[in-house]
Amino acid sequence: MRALTRDLSRRSIVLLAALLAVLLALPLVANDYQITVLVLILYLAYVGQAWNIMMGFAGLLSLGHALYVGLAAYLSGLLFKDYGISPWLGLLAAIPLSASAGAMISFLAFRFRVTGVYFAILTIAFAEFARIGFDHLAIVNGSGGLFLPVAQNPRSDLWLLRGPPTMFYYVILAATVVAALLSRALLGSRIGYFWLAIREDEQAARATGIDTFRYKTAAVVISAGVTAFAGVFYAFYYNNLFPEQVFNISRSIELIIGPIIGGLGTLFGPVVGAFLLTGLSELLTGTLAALGFDLPGARQVLYGSCLLLVILVLPGGVWPFLARRLRLDGGRR
Amino acid sequence: MNTTSRRGMTRRTFAGRAGTAGLLFATMPFGIARAQGGPLKVGVILPRSGYLAGIGQDCQRGVDVAGPILRDLGYPGFQIVNGDTESNVDTARARAEALIAGGAQLLVGAFDSGQSAAIAQVAEQKRIPFVINIAAAPDITEQGYKFVFRNFPTAPMILGDAFANQLELFGMTGAAPKTAVFLHVNDTFGTAMAGGIGKVAPKFKLPYRIVDTIAYDPATKDLSVEVAKARAANADVLLVVSRLNDAILITRELVKQRWTPQAVLSMGPGWYEDQYLKTLGKLSDGPISFVPWYDPTKKLSPVLDAALARAYPGVNMNTNHIFTFEALLVAADAYKRAGSTDPAALADAIRTTDITDNVSIGPGIKFDEKGQNAGVKDGAIQNRAGKLVTIAPKSAANADPVWPMKPYGERG
Amino acid sequence: MPLDVYLNVAISGLLTGLVYGLMALGLSCIFGVVRIVNFAHGEMMTAAMYIAVVLFQAFGLDPLIAMVPIAAVLFVFGYALQRGVINSFVTRPESTQFLLMIAIAIIIVNALLITFGPDARGVQTSYAYDSYALGPLIVDATKLYAAVAAILVAAALFGFFRFTLTGTAIRACADNHTGALVVGLDVRHLYALTFGLGAACVGAAGSMLVLLVDVTPALGPAYTLLAFIIVITGGLGSMGGALVGGVLIGLTEAIAGLVFTPSAKSMFSFAILVLVLLFRPVGILGRTAR
Repeated sequence: MRALTRDLSRRSIVLLAALLAVLLALPLVANDYQITVLVLILYLAYVGQAWNIMMGFAGLLSLGHALYVGLAAYLSGLLFKDYGISPWLGLLAAIPLSASAGAMISFLAFRFRVTGVYFAILTIAFAEFARIGFDHLAIVNGSGGLFLPVAQNPRSDLWLLRGPPTMFYYVILAATVVAALLSRALLGSRIGYFWLAIREDEQAARATGIDTFRYKTAAVVISAGVTAFAGVFYAFYYNNLFPEQVFNISRSIELIIGPIIGGLGTLFGPVVGAFLLTGLSELLTGTLAALGFDLPGARQVLYGSCLLLVILVLPGGVWPFLARRLRLDGGRR
Repeated sequence: MNTTSRRGMTRRTFAGRAGTAGLLFATMPFGIARAQGGPLKVGVILPRSGYLAGIGQDCQRGVDVAGPILRDLGYPGFQIVNGDTESNVDTARARAEALIAGGAQLLVGAFDSGQSAAIAQVAEQKRIPFVINIAAAPDITEQGYKFVFRNFPTAPMILGDAFANQLELFGMTGAAPKTAVFLHVNDTFGTAMAGGIGKVAPKFKLPYRIVDTIAYDPATKDLSVEVAKARAANADVLLVVSRLNDAILITRELVKQRWTPQAVLSMGPGWYEDQYLKTLGKLSDGPISFVPWYDPTKKLSPVLDAALARAYPGVNMNTNHIFTFEALLVAADAYKRAGSTDPAALADAIRTTDITDNVSIGPGIKFDEKGQNAGVKDGAIQNRAGKLVTIAPKSAANADPVWPMKPYGERG
Repeated sequence: MPLDVYLNVAISGLLTGLVYGLMALGLSCIFGVVRIVNFAHGEMMTAAMYIAVVLFQAFGLDPLIAMVPIAAVLFVFGYALQRGVINSFVTRPESTQFLLMIAIAIIIVNALLITFGPDARGVQTSYAYDSYALGPLIVDATKLYAAVAAILVAAALFGFFRFTLTGTAIRACADNHTGALVVGLDVRHLYALTFGLGAACVGAAGSMLVLLVDVTPALGPAYTLLAFIIVITGGLGSMGGALVGGVLIGLTEAIAGLVFTPSAKSMFSFAILVLVLLFRPVGILGRTAR
């Protein structure tokens, strides 16, 4: 704990604690719609954080992250549906599954020196493979969809993850905090520095003796493993899985817009990005509705335009800009 | 080693963050109170953008003409609020929550099984009645929900009726095809139908056996291989479950590859839709679709038909309009009998629904303990000169079937 | 299954593959020279298809003829886009480029939805249902015309890059950016030109494709992915490679669909992609990386 907070001023710790307190108390004042939106925001923040480990820290662009989400979702969903196994136990099986998929992809990629855009397209290929594959997998009912049995009691069952949105909110909030702490720990560790070196100049890093293959693989595997929890959460929150929707490339894209807009490689980037984007999305929908403007597709045009604006004006992401403007940390991102 | 990394935050950042959050909340509907006074607020959630936009907007037509018709029937007026699922499960769920937070006491939607399932969970949790207009996945009404109602057949029901109608047709025309090739789209609906055939078909003494089953990717734009494969099976009839765009593509391939089966028996959407008829002209005649449909002999059918014709000239009344309208009919009927906008009272009223003056084929609208209308029946319709005629069941028919189909090459 | 079924399917796959190849050609230009990850490729083609539909409905202009003005329009659009917006992104990391194109793609798709509505639009030419019968073989006429047009356009493009001064200059930029600057080439202008050319190719491909496929606003993404698969398989920066890649993918999907289940035919394209990425990353006809 000390190692994680040693660089923070007392004021920052107090403020962070205050923020956490606000987030913890929010369900008391917010209605279910707002909680649903927050769950979505935190979910995207969580996965964004996981993806960021690969991209922001080690510089590997993954455009098929939905693969890890989907594998974990289907495995834990299936275990629950057919054997009644709790999602937390299912997680113990899902993490290795997603991590293995990551390991396989990274092994193939790095062994054969696939980098940059080619690596990104490789990840897309594997996600699409999974999508089509699961569409034909009888055990998960293929494209017919896997439906998890839903409980009727309004009480929260944390063990089986059955309950009202508020329960899910706290679960994902806890997860996001853990992910942030994990990222912080990784960043400050030896492996974090190796990643920084690899990202900046892989050849130079190798020249100094860093086993780039090993550490790049570690980045992918850790990223995939952390993403697995998001998959389990997804399965138990939505209670139905369709390969077309779970492994779809648009999902992979949606997961990464947040971290990129928020600020690649930064600790708060994914969180800021998620809040901004989902908030923006809901704001646009609400405003258009309030104005009586009922044109399907209008919201998305505005949303895309905002994205365009942000990326043109703030190339490094929103969080670094915010941090600079408010004269915050001058240290390592 | 550089250790100056700070997770620091000044008062300003915090204020900035809190401010953003505040702005967020300020613009969100804060309607915690459910309007007790005032008319009923019905939230209609459909995929109006995204890949299902065409269908969602078609369903919307059924919503748009519903108001005046229901008023004429003596039902109390109510307010309709539209929501767009953007063909996306996340958005569907958020929309449902938003509408409920905004005071909706009843939800209607959402065409797609996945999106409907997401909304169903929200509705059940909030104890708000949700009337599904169209969604065929059986699982939705198998979850033990008390607030979810579906006035639409499940895939097994559609199959059963299709086979029953087919036997009727064979009897009427004297046709007895011996072989069939089954071509289906590999999506939720197509897979459910394909899976159901094995269980449902044996119950009917069909004269044909299925010699080959060919599944195709819903995203595919080129069906030449699939049709070539189907043609190679040399079957008498083509059994098909597809969507609109595929139906057009398949027909084009049938023409180009010079194969006209005795009949095209479609057990899904596409082959009867306006776009199909308009795009293919003379080539659209012949296919028989076994779908949930309107009963031309029921009083309300021509009323709905006329209203649609007035509002949208050139548009044929179809499943999307019929069942979306009926979902609102159920809502209006429950509202009248419950006499209040209290969701629990509305749900109770829906459970005792018994509407015989409706539009779709079958005895009427009545929900069993799972929330399913088990009585809704499918009809068989055939394309004829740009219009659709009902050829089965006998009680709801208004024309005789034409069998076999005129070969495509001879249609000028 | 009788042999003629295989032959028919193979020919169909070949012809379709050529049209896909033309679409990918545009991406090969853009990606190969400007090194921009154009994730709005399919969306640009969708826009071109809509223009073709509009021209057909308004003036009865056959898409194969409309191909020329549409290519011109897309050229201008591409040039402007590159010069105005994308140029600053050439040196940025791929993720940012990617996001830029995604944002553009979102805007295009939904603007099309608002303008044209969600229903599929198509073009009904007089020869839309023609087919040539050579014995047991049946060849789709429209596909044949489109494939021939694709080859002609590819040849024209090849000629441009090989034999004209501008074309050589563009190839120089692709080979050695710094060298090109040193020699005095206006790289920014040439990049914009290339993007414009790539967009023009996409425009031409779109007007051909509209003869085979009805257009909906959401058509783009699948074709973007297909274009990337073909370009990588065939070889970056190689005109012939794009066509070869297209044909390979078209054939594989066709035969795989016939032999296995058609719903899984895309898996084979992805399998080929993975194999190429692993064992011959420059692509079948690609030159070895600089």
